[in-house]
Amino acid sequence: MYGKGILKGLSVTWKRFWDTYIDDISWAVSGRKRYHSEEGVKHRSSKNTKGIFTVQYPEEQLIVPEEFRFLPFLVYDEGADGKKEVRCTSCGICAKACPPQCIWIVRSSDPVTGKPVATPADFYIDADICMNCGFCAEYCPFDAIKMDHDFDIASTKRSVYNLERLLKPASYYAEIRPLNYTMEEEARKAKEAAKAAKAQAAAAATATPAA
Amino acid sequence: MATPILTQTVDLAARFPGMVTADARPGYTGFIVNKENLLEVATAVRDEFGFDLLSSLTGVDYIAENKMEVVYHAFKTTGGSGLIFKVQVERIDPIEIPSLTHIWHGLEFQEREVWDLYGIKFTDHPDMRRILMWEGFEGHPLRKDWKEAFYEEEVKPYKSRWPEGKHTFAEDKNPFHDNLNFPKDFDPEKYVVDKEEDLYASLERHTMKDEAGKMKTDSVVVNLGPHHPSTHGVLRVAVTLNGETVMGLKPVMGYLHRNHEKIGERSTFTQIIPYTDRLDYFNSMSNNFGYVTTVEKMMNIQVAERAEYIRVIMAELSRVQNHLVFIGMLLNDLGTMFTPALYAFEERELIVDIFEAVSGSRMMCNYYRFGGVVRDVSDEILQKIKDLVFDRLPAKTDEMERLLNENEVLVGRLKGTHVLSAEDAINFSVTGPVLRASGVPYDLRRADPYSIYDRFDFDVAVRHNGDMMDNYLIRFDEIRQSLRILEQALKQIPQGPINSQKPNYQIKVPAGEAYGRIESPKGELGFYIISTGKGNPYRYHVRAPSFVNLTAIEKICIGTKIQDFVALLAMLDIVMGELDR
Amino acid sequence: MENEKLSLPNYNIPEELENVVAITTLDRLYNWGRRSSLWPLTFGLACCAIEMIAAQMARYDMARFGMEVMRPTPRQADMILVSGTVTKKMLPAIIRLYNQMPEPKYVVAMGACASGGGPFKEGYNVVAGIDKFLPVDVYIPGCPPTPQALIAGLIKLQERIDKDSLKKVRWYNKEKKDGNYVPMPILGPDLIDVRRNAEIRDAAATKATQESA
Repeated sequence: MYGKGILKGLSVTWKRFWDTYIDDISWAVSGRKRYHSEEGVKHRSSKNTKGIFTVQYPEEQLIVPEEFRFLPFLVYDEGADGKKEVRCTSCGICAKACPPQCIWIVRSSDPVTGKPVATPADFYIDADICMNCGFCAEYCPFDAIKMDHDFDIASTKRSVYNLERLLKPASYYAEIRPLNYTMEEEARKAKEAAKAAKAQAAAAATATPAA
Repeated sequence: MATPILTQTVDLAARFPGMVTADARPGYTGFIVNKENLLEVATAVRDEFGFDLLSSLTGVDYIAENKMEVVYHAFKTTGGSGLIFKVQVERIDPIEIPSLTHIWHGLEFQEREVWDLYGIKFTDHPDMRRILMWEGFEGHPLRKDWKEAFYEEEVKPYKSRWPEGKHTFAEDKNPFHDNLNFPKDFDPEKYVVDKEEDLYASLERHTMKDEAGKMKTDSVVVNLGPHHPSTHGVLRVAVTLNGETVMGLKPVMGYLHRNHEKIGERSTFTQIIPYTDRLDYFNSMSNNFGYVTTVEKMMNIQVAERAEYIRVIMAELSRVQNHLVFIGMLLNDLGTMFTPALYAFEERELIVDIFEAVSGSRMMCNYYRFGGVVRDVSDEILQKIKDLVFDRLPAKTDEMERLLNENEVLVGRLKGTHVLSAEDAINFSVTGPVLRASGVPYDLRRADPYSIYDRFDFDVAVRHNGDMMDNYLIRFDEIRQSLRILEQALKQIPQGPINSQKPNYQIKVPAGEAYGRIESPKGELGFYIISTGKGNPYRYHVRAPSFVNLTAIEKICIGTKIQDFVALLAMLDIVMGELDR
Repeated sequence: MENEKLSLPNYNIPEELENVVAITTLDRLYNWGRRSSLWPLTFGLACCAIEMIAAQMARYDMARFGMEVMRPTPRQADMILVSGTVTKKMLPAIIRLYNQMPEPKYVVAMGACASGGGPFKEGYNVVAGIDKFLPVDVYIPGCPPTPQALIAGLIKLQERIDKDSLKKVRWYNKEKKDGNYVPMPILGPDLIDVRRNAEIRDAAATKATQESA
């Protein structure tokens, strides 16, 4: 029969039309919030989603996964008396690994001796060249540069980020990437413990012949 | 590393003594053919030895030896490893090589590309114009002695970023304070703009007179694009029309030519990986896969077992997603106004969520590394993939089929239009679903297995009519087969390390050449890489399926109606990022 | 009225009239109208275009902002979303489209490429940022910006529109009648920006003397 295929297709759209209401009503009946709640957003990104698929940004947001990457930022530890201890040692590996070469680091030197100091005097990332590939964070040996989750950074002018703009506390990092943070902290502690043990062993070794 | 099922060596040097010599450079394979005998040898390669599919052609500039080389990669559609032959010429302009377009029509665009980027003229080519850059552009950019306006250093990483950190913007070093480079004594006011007469001349324009010789009718030249809602990006097509019938057609491209190869030759091997994401931006996972396998071939390293499975899972998810979007977009172009696209993008979002969770980015995944992948897939994400593959996607594919497959209007539009025969498809080097829709069961996952595809049980989807309907339906078949592979891979995936190598941003690749290819959702995605043992490739060429598949468009189109043309572009499934590179 | 962008604050409207009457200024009304129906030009250049399409689709649904009507013709569009790498070959087409758009018109540079050249900046066929030719209103970094980042950027554009004033906007300024017309660049040996003809000639002449010296 001519028109059967069209009717078949219409049945699909018809079903999807009613699905929106059925899903909304079933959530309302069970007293759960389908909109503006984490549970609702999760449901809409799961395999069972049907009906309305829209996430009403900015009122509600998709839950970004931990690995999500946007622009990089520099991590600093909050030392005593609120001093910012920048983790970066200006080794330059991120600048070398960067595919579009959008990172450049100004090294600082001690004003008295003139020797280079292991903190960057300034650190620039050209946000309008960065390709968000994450290589800098991946290859940084000091966990000093990480990829940010913040994507609401549109501006009315072209942006080159400097050190001040890039610095964010380690607590922020722990917040956006809890799993990675704990993993790295554990690795660091293990490394320090190994170092201490080695130093102890070395001290013991030097101590023994003397005794 | 999978071995080709059919390792057949053809000794061209023995067959053509004096005309062909084996390429004896260390790390190189294949044969060097004398320029004068190229046509004869090429004909034999096709007719005598049966290498009917000339997949890739590219140029190499050996500036130190003062030579230009053109490399041909020929394969058999029955599968197996390929035959590489090369032609070398002195690097003195004008450089000329006989064109092989009469043997393999699929070379037309590729030869034009080599002319554009290397300045090698192919004599007897039907339409020798620039292809990616515009007529009148100064120089041939891929030559090693050609420097762009923002030229800083031969290779990355640039010293100015490290260790001194005295970065100045590239603009400030350039006399024009911009990405510009003009020949000396150039006067812009006296410049005569190219009116693209060559382009219109290459189209067949017909002027007809009636019998009395009084009334003259001229066919209409129409330019579709570069900004056109249907062209899937910035492609321009110049068409001559007689009423509504297409009389002649020429695609004009290069509107998204982002100099991928030039930048690639400057970057280190690792730095290229995120650039490959931006080739076919629907399938960054597949692009990574192709590039990484090629380099691994050169480095001769094993891939971690778990990583192999992860790679296959990601590549196949990417294929499912690509084909779903294809279906949505094709129907959109046919005038269904969004409904199928909305449905397709819903599934795409769910798949892209997985990419985001494992790699960090929805589209530009940058997930594969030499020897494995960058990070492990957690059980939670694996469960999400299983949910999709076992529960959701099969049902949604069925729903998509129910939606329009039997729709009488759609069937009327698609059935019997734009037929591409198997012989033509092979001759035009068409690969991927378009080739398989015309009845050639050529799928690299079976024909020249890479990675671990030989472990999975799946069929190569084939349809036999080669028309639009078959091209539409074969995408459903491929989704089904991909889901089959995914189901097996998800069941078999072992535990273990995800990379056999240590993370290293500066790898060295042994000197030599390699051509690696994978079955991307669009067709055969090939990478031709020459390394000199340094940290960056000497030559880096991408054989993009969209680019080569488009060669057949003229053949398919002439004599059909202009309304169907838009659908044809959708059917070829071109992506401009890959087409123009 | 619900829309706080339209009503002026600090005007006490009787409670029973709250949903019926709004007290506002002409500027506010005008801006409210502009911001609530920004029709973008259907214009995809590269990778970012796919995220733009994704933003139009069900999950992000730009229709919620009155931006769903993608116009294929520039003559009906309010905003051009430069979504992707701007190449020299494509630039004349973009300028032509921009010149054909009627005022008021807005330019949004989506993604790193359109903002500053992006990862392809060093390429010989790439224009390092569309702002060299068009007046960009909002830059959205990211490669590519996720649909949410795009929407966040478009909200920034709306906020910018809120600050417009009828007296100051360029399209009612009689002195600058043709103020936003951008001359068409020419594809020569390289991209010729006709506004810079003299500079190009001088630089090329200097180059010649330098080489001969």
